[in-house]
Amino acid sequence: MTHATVEPTPASATPDGGHLLELKDLHVEFRTNEGVAQVINGVSYHLDAGETLAVLGESGSGKSVTAQAIMGILDTPPAFVRSGQILYRGQDLLTASEEQRRQVRGKEIAMIFQDALSALNPVFPVGWQIGETLRQRSGMSRGDARRRAVELMDLVKIPGAAKRIGDYPHQFSGGMRQRVMIAMALALDPKVLIADEPTTALDVTVQAQIMDLLADLRRDLNMAMILITHDLGVVAGVADRIAVMYAGRIVEHADVRALYKAPAHPYTKGLLESIPRMDVRGQELSTIKGLPPNLMRIPSGCPFHPRCPYVQQVCVDVVPHDLVLGDGRTSACHFAQEVRDDSAR
Amino acid sequence: MTAPASSTKVRGETILSVDNLVKHFPISQGVLFQRQIGAVKAVDGVSFELRRGETLGVVGESGCGKSTLARLLMRLETPTSGRATLEGRDLFKASGGELRRLRRNMQMVMQDPYTSLNPRMTVGDIIGEPFEIHRDAAPKGSKAKRVQELLDVVGLNPEHINRYPHQFSGGQRQRIGIARALALRPEVIVCDEPVSALDVSIQAQVINLLEQLQDEFGLSYIFIAHDLSVVRHIADRVAVMYLGRIVEIGTEDEIYERATHPYTQALLSAVPVPDPEVRDQRNMIRLVGDVPSPADPPSGCHFRTRCWKAQDICAVEDPATVPRAADPHPSACHFAELRPATPAA
Repeated sequence: MTHATVEPTPASATPDGGHLLELKDLHVEFRTNEGVAQVINGVSYHLDAGETLAVLGESGSGKSVTAQAIMGILDTPPAFVRSGQILYRGQDLLTASEEQRRQVRGKEIAMIFQDALSALNPVFPVGWQIGETLRQRSGMSRGDARRRAVELMDLVKIPGAAKRIGDYPHQFSGGMRQRVMIAMALALDPKVLIADEPTTALDVTVQAQIMDLLADLRRDLNMAMILITHDLGVVAGVADRIAVMYAGRIVEHADVRALYKAPAHPYTKGLLESIPRMDVRGQELSTIKGLPPNLMRIPSGCPFHPRCPYVQQVCVDVVPHDLVLGDGRTSACHFAQEVRDDSAR
Repeated sequence: MTAPASSTKVRGETILSVDNLVKHFPISQGVLFQRQIGAVKAVDGVSFELRRGETLGVVGESGCGKSTLARLLMRLETPTSGRATLEGRDLFKASGGELRRLRRNMQMVMQDPYTSLNPRMTVGDIIGEPFEIHRDAAPKGSKAKRVQELLDVVGLNPEHINRYPHQFSGGQRQRIGIARALALRPEVIVCDEPVSALDVSIQAQVINLLEQLQDEFGLSYIFIAHDLSVVRHIADRVAVMYLGRIVEIGTEDEIYERATHPYTQALLSAVPVPDPEVRDQRNMIRLVGDVPSPADPPSGCHFRTRCWKAQDICAVEDPATVPRAADPHPSACHFAELRPATPAA
């Protein structure tokens, strides 16, 4: 029985002692004609300067909605924040005025999206779109904005940036478009970059280029990054910490090495065992039985209990709280200790 | 692993043979008098054999022609030139009754379970539709019973025969697609990215189902995917495609452990490994740039523009996909050699 050891989190807190970005017990629901879907059910996490947090989950787990809530770009209706706090340098964004939020958005926290083609405007040249933020927010002249746009395109390693500044999004390949979007996000020099599935639509060789670029930029510009993804391979390559989401909750939160070595939640354990691995031969794929829950009818107790191999009566009756496992990691499972010991075996 | 083959069919003999298959899509210009100004060389001389009971994985990045290859084999597209024979009968010359018989023997599972099922048809109608066309496949009155058997085989509840596709989840819909492909008891199934639209925990269920059906019915699969880890798990042999050509083909072991083509090596090294411990030890090959347009592929070796080994000969002479000195499996590279240190294998 080896207990996973964890190095202390590499990140440092902000000068005033708090975290750079902190979510406290966030609840978001979607009010639709069919009923109310509880999309986020008490999510708490934090991000410190210079670190990379991966938020991992399958479709419908609420990972993207959490990011949209941070950015203040939820579609309301149907989405409503029911309760909770989103603290940026101690300031609650949810109670802030629209003008205060606007000051944070882009300048402090920026976001890049999965599908660059639909995130970019097809009828304007990319240089104009990168420069738009600079003209609107920094009050730059057209000429200055254009020069800065070229610098930004150079920064994200778009070859021949000065020549391509007048090109339209459709004239770029998928990987280059993603770079354009990264350049736009970096325009105001943000402290936090939220990357929502940045490489999901890309081929594997291009994915490697973009993940490298993001890691380099994060280090060179000393940003903190929230990487939202469903890909356990991508997470293993770049993240410091990882939060695993299921049915709108964080079920496990740990240092990335500790989590891969010995997952302490049955869902994480199931996920890790169900991916085919190129570096492991003759592996039997185990599966997680059943389906993710309908968010309008989340099961009682632990939302994972209908699919869980460790299920007991207590799981049906009682919602598990985050169990702190000593080494700075938490798992929302009644049998977290047992699961981790099983995984480490 | 021996399948209860229905007749005297020998496992391992060639069932499908493809010889120098070519598909060029014309690019035309002009409104009234359209003239052809070029061609997208989607499939540009592909040859391979599929053996009874085996799974041939076809991997490659988007635009490499792997889906066009599937559509050609299903006769959803007419080839520009080339030959393919299924059990000795010419696929592209067959018409009328013979074509119907051939099609019965070869079925397809599509990538997107959301658009490949008609939303206005019940599951029973969707899976039973092949019996409308091939009336002798199910004796009169036995159709409903056959459909229920098929639902049971793919792990769905036979009582759900009157439900509509929207009442099922993505993974269940893919099972419906598989049941439809199995309806006529084919010997070859072409799977075009069958799991890429599914979440990780569901993906493993579908992969296991495909493997179990292969054992049960002695099926041969052509398994097209961009996820190299999935292909390694399921395939016996693997073909790597780049810009319309097979650049390397061999057993799973030959491709994943002893690849000699630089593109295969780069592709393998770019796959993220879900293990943070190997993060810094991996010996990654970074390809520069993007895949060139198939409308205007480079002369000679198509990969030379991104290849670090390229010499003058590569621009002039197109390397044949033949066994090379480095390893006895076919590889289309003038400088084929094993990678000195294979990344964490």
